[in-house]
Amino acid sequence: MTTATDTNAPLRDSPDGPGAGTARPAQTARPIVSLRAINKVFSNGTVALKDMSLDVRPGEFISLLGPSGCGKSTVLRLIAGLGEATSGAIDWPSDRQDRQGSADHEIGFVFQEPTLMPWASVFNNVWLPLRLKGRSRATSREDVMNALEMVGLENFANAYPRELSGGMKMRVSIARALVTRPKLLLMDEPFAALDEITRFKLNNDLLHLWESFGWTVIFVTHSVFESVYLSDRIVVMAARPGRVVADMAIDAPYPREDDFRTSTVYNDYCRDVSNALHAAMDEKADA
Amino acid sequence: MSTLETTSKPVSTPAAAVQEETPSSTDPNRLGERLIRILIPVAMLGALILLWAWYVTAYDVPHYILPSPSRVTRAMIEDWHILGPALLVTLKITFTALAMALVGGVALAVLLIQSKWIELALYPYAVILQVTPIVAIAPLILIYAPTTQSALLICAWLVAFFPILSNTAQGLKSVDHNLLNLFELYGANRWQSLYLLRLPAALPYFLTGLRIGGGLALIAAVVAEFAAGSAGAGSGLAFRLLESQFRLNIPRLFAALILLSVTGVLIFFATSLISHLLLHKWHESAVKREN
Repeated sequence: MTTATDTNAPLRDSPDGPGAGTARPAQTARPIVSLRAINKVFSNGTVALKDMSLDVRPGEFISLLGPSGCGKSTVLRLIAGLGEATSGAIDWPSDRQDRQGSADHEIGFVFQEPTLMPWASVFNNVWLPLRLKGRSRATSREDVMNALEMVGLENFANAYPRELSGGMKMRVSIARALVTRPKLLLMDEPFAALDEITRFKLNNDLLHLWESFGWTVIFVTHSVFESVYLSDRIVVMAARPGRVVADMAIDAPYPREDDFRTSTVYNDYCRDVSNALHAAMDEKADA
Repeated sequence: MSTLETTSKPVSTPAAAVQEETPSSTDPNRLGERLIRILIPVAMLGALILLWAWYVTAYDVPHYILPSPSRVTRAMIEDWHILGPALLVTLKITFTALAMALVGGVALAVLLIQSKWIELALYPYAVILQVTPIVAIAPLILIYAPTTQSALLICAWLVAFFPILSNTAQGLKSVDHNLLNLFELYGANRWQSLYLLRLPAALPYFLTGLRIGGGLALIAAVVAEFAAGSAGAGSGLAFRLLESQFRLNIPRLFAALILLSVTGVLIFFATSLISHLLLHKWHESAVKREN
């Protein structure tokens, strides 16, 4: 796919100009979450993460890109509080409350699978995070319906998951992550199992939501194209041990629409990111 | 137990399918199919009864060997004052045992999944109680239990209890790990995880246990009564069966037998119906394949 590159520098001065769309928060803002020298060793001795550091700033759309086994999902799980790091620290500088308490309130998580409760209607599935916080059905109704409206499923509140297509199930899963109005949205290869047309549609919808609501998103993917299309920053990771090998800004303006997929800027970035990924994998082969 | 399980499967499919088709019953093809589904078993039953009647008359079989269907029907009507109360006793033991097995089985299953240690300590005894033949324990239970009725109840409970316990425990443990992660992520407490996640996820397993347990409760109620050798007023159908045999009143024996079979079939259909009503909206087992 990638050949030796003649232009290493991507076209940062694209016709649209950087940042022509929406104004993103300054890069100097305090991180929303900060990973410091995280090591994670599984009980079977596998080093999942080695000396991983990452500052996630408010409003960023970060993609964690890498081959399978590079620990990108592990990063997400650690940030979500599912499991403990072997060493290192995860800080939440902008939080007033203690780490655990605030993490519960401000994180939305979308798994690779829709992970819906098959016995519960769409409404009840989306209501779940609020219900676990003790909110009644009546007081949650507005929030749940808002979340369903965001993903375009307001007419399916009473449907059961098995009646929905794969893409619709994923939308329900996203609505459930959004219903608590999280500041940080963690997405673990959410569209990997979907067909390309559905994935493109959901990519666009996700970007629109992100632009309107200004969350911070950490998006795990193994697709170079998806990561370039979506993110304003890509963290490239390598496997065995899982580590960061490149941290690249994607300086293309939002809103990005389907024509962005055919633009020169997009292609140049795809090549750069792809090169970084291959360099990381070759480095491993040499070692 | 395993035979019950396997034989129950093919029978449950048409029952569920009939329910599934109700919404589209306006379609003449569907209506015809439904009629056939009812007609075939009924016609088969009629044919078997006719064959039975013909055989008895044609070969002049004495009624103390094989009574004709009409004699059995007459026995059913004339001896109803004996069989009716006996049926009631058997039903009472069966359903009380099943209800107790339901409560006990689910409660113990929930207890077992709380900790590996509890499971290690208790589960072997549940298995021992299950694998020891009930006929072999019945004499002991008869000695210890205050009344014969309560002894029968304990026997039927012991038998019905295990399938409900093991299936429910299995279901409680077979929860999707991603859903468990999701619940942990949103700070669910133990109680919320139990009633919002584990219990609904275990429902299909529990209902399988209930179907097996329901059939076994009736069998155990009869077997225990044989073993107990209870007699006189207040006895169940099993005693009436034995009594009819001693007196060579074979028509009444057949009548009692038919009552037991019908009861078993009704229990099976009732548990299948409950299962269908609870699962048809979401579980694969109750959803018709769309291809």
